[in-house]
Amino acid sequence: MMASLLHLLFPPSVRSPLELGSDVAIVLTSAAIVFVLTRYRKWGWLWREWLTSADHKKIGIMYLIAAIVMLFRGGVDALLMRTQLAIPNNQFLNANHYDAIFTTHGTIMVFFMAMPFIFALFNIAIPLMIGARDVAFPRLNAISFWLFAFAALLFNISFVVGGSPTAGWTAYPPLTELAFTPGIGQNYYLLALQISGIGTIATGVNFLVTILRMRAPGMTLMRMPLFVWSALVTSVLILFAFPALTVALALNMLDRLFGSTFFTLTSGGMPMMYVNLFWIWGHPEVYILVLPSFGIFSEVVATFSRKRLFGYAAMVASLVAITVLSYGVWVHHFFTMGAGPSVNVFFGVSTMLIAIPTGVKVFNWIFTMWRGRIRLEMPMLWALAFIPTFVLGGATGVMLAVVPGDYQFHNSYFLVAHFHNVLIGGVVFGLFSGMYYWWPKMFGYSLNPRMGRWAFWLFFLGFWVTFVPQYFLGLAGMTRRMYIYAHGFGWTGLNQISTVGAFAMGAGFVVLVYSVVWSMRYGERDVTGDPWDGRTLEWSLPSPVPEYNFAQIPTVTDRDAWWAMKQQAPAGAAAAPVHLRPIHVPKRSAQPFGIGLSFFVVGLGMVFSWWWIAGAGFLGVIFCILLGMFEYDLHEEMSVETIRETEAAMGRVGA
Amino acid sequence: MLWPLGACALLAGCGPQYVVLHPAGPVASTELHLIETVSIAMAAVILFVVALFVIALVRFRDRPGNKAPYSPDWDGSRTLEVIWFLIPVLILAVIAVPTVRQTYALAHLPKQADPLIIDVTSLDWKWLFEYPAQHIATVNYIEVPTGTPVLYELTANSPMNTFWVPQLGGMEYTMPGRVLPLWLQADKPGVYWGRSANFSGRGFVDMLFDIQAVPAAEFQTWVQGVQQTAPAMAAAEYQRLLKFGTAGRATYSAYPAGTFPQTTNGFSLQGGMYMPTAVPGGASAAASPSAAMAPSAAMAMGGNG
Amino acid sequence: MNRAADLHGDGGLPLEFSDADQGRHILGVWAFLASDIVLFCCLFAVYAVYRTQVASGPSPAQLFSYPPVIIETVLLLTSSFTCSLALYEMRRGRSHSLIALILLTVLLGAGFVGMEVHDFASYVALGDTWHRSAFLSAFFTLVGTHGAHVSFGILWALTLVVQLLQRGVTPVTARKVYTFALYWHFLDLVWVFIFTFVYLTGKLG
Repeated sequence: MMASLLHLLFPPSVRSPLELGSDVAIVLTSAAIVFVLTRYRKWGWLWREWLTSADHKKIGIMYLIAAIVMLFRGGVDALLMRTQLAIPNNQFLNANHYDAIFTTHGTIMVFFMAMPFIFALFNIAIPLMIGARDVAFPRLNAISFWLFAFAALLFNISFVVGGSPTAGWTAYPPLTELAFTPGIGQNYYLLALQISGIGTIATGVNFLVTILRMRAPGMTLMRMPLFVWSALVTSVLILFAFPALTVALALNMLDRLFGSTFFTLTSGGMPMMYVNLFWIWGHPEVYILVLPSFGIFSEVVATFSRKRLFGYAAMVASLVAITVLSYGVWVHHFFTMGAGPSVNVFFGVSTMLIAIPTGVKVFNWIFTMWRGRIRLEMPMLWALAFIPTFVLGGATGVMLAVVPGDYQFHNSYFLVAHFHNVLIGGVVFGLFSGMYYWWPKMFGYSLNPRMGRWAFWLFFLGFWVTFVPQYFLGLAGMTRRMYIYAHGFGWTGLNQISTVGAFAMGAGFVVLVYSVVWSMRYGERDVTGDPWDGRTLEWSLPSPVPEYNFAQIPTVTDRDAWWAMKQQAPAGAAAAPVHLRPIHVPKRSAQPFGIGLSFFVVGLGMVFSWWWIAGAGFLGVIFCILLGMFEYDLHEEMSVETIRETEAAMGRVGA
Repeated sequence: MLWPLGACALLAGCGPQYVVLHPAGPVASTELHLIETVSIAMAAVILFVVALFVIALVRFRDRPGNKAPYSPDWDGSRTLEVIWFLIPVLILAVIAVPTVRQTYALAHLPKQADPLIIDVTSLDWKWLFEYPAQHIATVNYIEVPTGTPVLYELTANSPMNTFWVPQLGGMEYTMPGRVLPLWLQADKPGVYWGRSANFSGRGFVDMLFDIQAVPAAEFQTWVQGVQQTAPAMAAAEYQRLLKFGTAGRATYSAYPAGTFPQTTNGFSLQGGMYMPTAVPGGASAAASPSAAMAPSAAMAMGGNG
Repeated sequence: MNRAADLHGDGGLPLEFSDADQGRHILGVWAFLASDIVLFCCLFAVYAVYRTQVASGPSPAQLFSYPPVIIETVLLLTSSFTCSLALYEMRRGRSHSLIALILLTVLLGAGFVGMEVHDFASYVALGDTWHRSAFLSAFFTLVGTHGAHVSFGILWALTLVVQLLQRGVTPVTARKVYTFALYWHFLDLVWVFIFTFVYLTGKLG
């Protein structure tokens, strides 16, 4: 029994030198972390200040750390793939390795890097931008984080224990049915994404209510910063898209674990059902990924052009239009699956239509710069890099919408280049821009700009060198997800160029991480709270922000609320708070951590079909939910004296 | 940033390896023509937007002594909004019209066509080709006559794959339990490689096949040669093909009945492509409108090794 | 303010809306219900596509029978009525009636679930499990998901009863009862669709 358990946990695919080496590295790193925490007696601090916190600012930072770690893992996956493809007939990775790596690369980058990065920035910035003290449901916010974190943990241990999924991040049946993908790797994918999805839906609820109900007095919807608008529409997208993924994953899971027949043909199952459900979620998902970045660009471009955002109403309208249209384009992910010309033409045209509001936004950003005064600080560099990059990516998207063209481009490297173009050029550049922008607000110091420029140019130029050749590889007939290619197709040169670019991007990432570590000790401290001469309310607060955010909730009279306040009272725009009252802040709680851990146990049990363990985890979930239901005392009070002291310590004069 | 773009553009124009840019048949030509149209339109858009962007970036930099106008509160212009809403609409209309027209056109075989029918089954991890009119079969290669449209009836006894021959045209999925039509035509003799472009597991990368296009007379000779000299495919041989693994090329003078799903008259399949109803030598009238798999194939689906 | 006589907060609003925080919780539950609607829409779509995929198993007309379904419908719809009555009693400050009506709702809901489990068991005993056909897979998943939602609602309602006994009717407990009622009515609405598009069209169509 022990032998078969060992074989289940460590099948041959997990026991090759490459994996074992990585496993050793992971174990050693984890041991090092445990050692440091113990040596410096930080366990208590970690538990009290972070793991049980329901403060949106801390939750945001935890999301950010997780996202950067996952960016590392996903990036290593990418470099491994590019190394394998650098030369024809390369034996660096075998088919099984490569299949697992491209699957985990895609899954991690979408679900465990980009989404948490977005939620990090939502958490850090949204309450501050609307003049609120926290999100609507702080406890639920923590639950969302821990569901994500434990889901990420579950997904990541697949590499070490039992084997990773190998069917791609899209995981179509019949490939993902037991007949073609036996083993438990695919189960990891299904359970981890399901758990993470619950957290995501909760985040959608949370930010929808926060934005609709917790804005400062005077901040009407049309006076909200664009980033807040983007968070609002993203929350709506989440609520109306994620359930489709929930169903798609659940049906596959029921087939694999419980013998249902949703996708097995002998019993009338239809794999196209999965394809449709997946993409009904999948297309809104890419807008969930990119719209927050659009919001960030609106803030950054206006701030660093020292000018009001151009076309505010049009920008809002285009966000809403994109949200609505995004539900009507999903078949463009499978024009070649036999839907027929009428269906294809409808979705081809609808896909072209969605380019229009996006184009409107690009012009409005350019005209925000027009007749402004542009400062090339780090956040602005990333925003500026986005514009030409995303325009190319969007243009190739229109090319893919031309249905007969897609018949040639589908699943080729042209497609791979397109989606990396929009995801990196749109989503990642935006997230980096936001990270540099709000970093001083989070931590009280800025990231070193000189190192930042090195990281930027390496990553930005590396991106172009990596992906432009891939468009041409698509024209040369190279298909995605190929682990190896032969001589004679003429693909070698382009692949080599692409690999060089990928390593440049990796180097950029290394420099970025180094700059973070360096800046923690030597970075320029932010003493004013407004290092960029910002326009929105978060810059009226000291850096880092005190637990209660605003000592006194401001009254808003215009868009760009903070800018308006500065214009009216240049000397002391952060006006002395007059009427201080005790403030309620969310209490710490172990319950969110407990729910996350319980779901982890459920997930692990179900991956291996260990039903007792899964059942125990489920009981844990119920227990934690019950605990939450009976807990009425969710806040603690901060007295006026404490507030006054805190404000004074940060250089703000109290009443 | 621009030089890899330029370098690649130069390479692309030159090399025959850019198969999508060197069509050998009408389907690929039509598709390439559309790609070129949209590329030109998009290139114009990109150049215009990037030019505007660069001008803004250069002219309105925050440099000491910059004399460019500074209007920090200029935050909108209805005229501009209308312009940059309508112009993209017009550009897309220009692209959409041929897109719609050609999408419908490509769904029809050419008129007065007498297509050759080939039944394609993707297997794990090889291609099985059956010629229903000639009753011959091949594995991992086919021979077709030039100047004749070939109607590929695509199915799978495996997870989904796609049948893609880039020099002859775009791809279509092969799916178990469904039959999807795709027509391609080679105008020049030659060997055109094809592959699966949808990941289907460990051996997916080996699913290469060749289309050998030869003049019609030579094609007839080849067919007769196969019918007379090649071995027949026994049921056991078919079962062997169904097992996981790759295969080399093979040629058969006959193949077992029931190895390809029955279809209804013409193509009122779940694809709804407009194909002529009486397709000579191809689809035979069958009972089930849902294109049920033949029993041996269905059993094979359930339990591969 | 005399709590017993007038369960309204400032401004004449019902108690659960009297406080901005409670109002936010209610909006949050509406948002969650929106996502749950999408979930059920997807399950209905799956069922709609799969209901003809009977393979070697029974068709809907062969499988379903009216009596258990009618009983389930009566039980669940009545429970929705008692739930509304409970809210009415809550508005009038009568916490004992409120608790009794919640318990009645729970009882009817439990009857519904029990009946459904019995129905499913009878299908399983005939060998009509979801191993047999995609139709059966879709049926059990759609109706089973609804039943699981109802079961969770029963558990929720019981915790509410305990909280009401401990604390009486306060803005917080009033909000909790209100959001439970929203959830319960939503499940009732989904059942109406199930009854119509699964059972009725199955038997008749």
